[in-house]
Amino acid sequence: MTRQQILDLYFMDARCKLIDLAAFIDRVERSAGEEDFRMKAFRQALSELSKGETEKAKRVLMTLSDPTTEPIAAATTKAACGAWPGTK
Amino acid sequence: MVSRVTDDYLDMITAGCQAVCEPAFWAGFDRSSADGFYDYFCQLTEHEPKRAAKFGLPHFSWLCINPKESEDIKLAEDVIALIPKFLDKPNVLGIGEIGLNKNSRNEIKVLEKHVNLAAEHNQLILVHTPHLEDKLKGTRLITDLIKNDKRIKPERVIIDHVEEHTVQIVLDTGMWAGMTLYPESKCSPARAIDMVEMYGNERIWMNCACDWGISDPLAVPKTAFEMRKRGHSAEAIDKLVYQNPLRFLSQCSKFKLPPA
Repeated sequence: MTRQQILDLYFMDARCKLIDLAAFIDRVERSAGEEDFRMKAFRQALSELSKGETEKAKRVLMTLSDPTTEPIAAATTKAACGAWPGTK
Repeated sequence: MVSRVTDDYLDMITAGCQAVCEPAFWAGFDRSSADGFYDYFCQLTEHEPKRAAKFGLPHFSWLCINPKESEDIKLAEDVIALIPKFLDKPNVLGIGEIGLNKNSRNEIKVLEKHVNLAAEHNQLILVHTPHLEDKLKGTRLITDLIKNDKRIKPERVIIDHVEEHTVQIVLDTGMWAGMTLYPESKCSPARAIDMVEMYGNERIWMNCACDWGISDPLAVPKTAFEMRKRGHSAEAIDKLVYQNPLRFLSQCSKFKLPPA
């Protein structure tokens, strides 16, 4: 497909998701208390979108991933939370 | 499909689905004993095929203890010991969905036991990769472990739930990559097609999550529709949604579909 065709097919959906993202950040910033590691990783992932690099989806996923290689000693929960607590 | 309503079978056959392949998975709660798994394996190999047959759908299954219940090594050993007596059931395709959840040492031990079971009984392997932040690390640990077992042919393994940051890792091993489609939280139809356009359609397939969470049994036909919107040919769509799964699954002699 041409770039124009991709825009015609997906722009409105992406625009909607972009505004949802903006509203989510507004909601977080309006609320009381401190942000946790998830929001730190989220903001770091967002910055990947404006770097002008290719494979932005992959870069965002990498930013939100545990980069370590050793197994953990034991699983203390079953759930994943969407971001790695060790994010710098 | 054990957690789905009968209407889902009706929707699937109406949408052109040719067969159901259901892996053993976590029930949303921990079973209290191996006896619970025995009953579950009976459900997957005896009852559920009958339920699907009422709608003309051949039903196949995979057996294992899911990685979410693999922290308890003793329970896992007891459950794995049950599996061989079910492997000759006519609808069992192999061992799955095994893998990792939180990438713990015990999960890895149980994964090794499952891989050994598959090797000893010459079974296909279906692998679950961890969710969200754990997926990258888990995919690397899983593929390394399986690659190191020289009894396992990579083309007889499918690594499921790949995303943009793990699909190339899997394809580089010679194993198959599965993209599991979800209405939220994981791979969307548009992203799945992006991956096919970027990484090719040789050893890759799509599947619907049909579990007790928010999931959609018609995600694959909806993705086929999305492919049409993007201008993919009928042949390309057929290869991804039908021929590729057929090619992988036909490595098990029990996987036979009725003539179309």
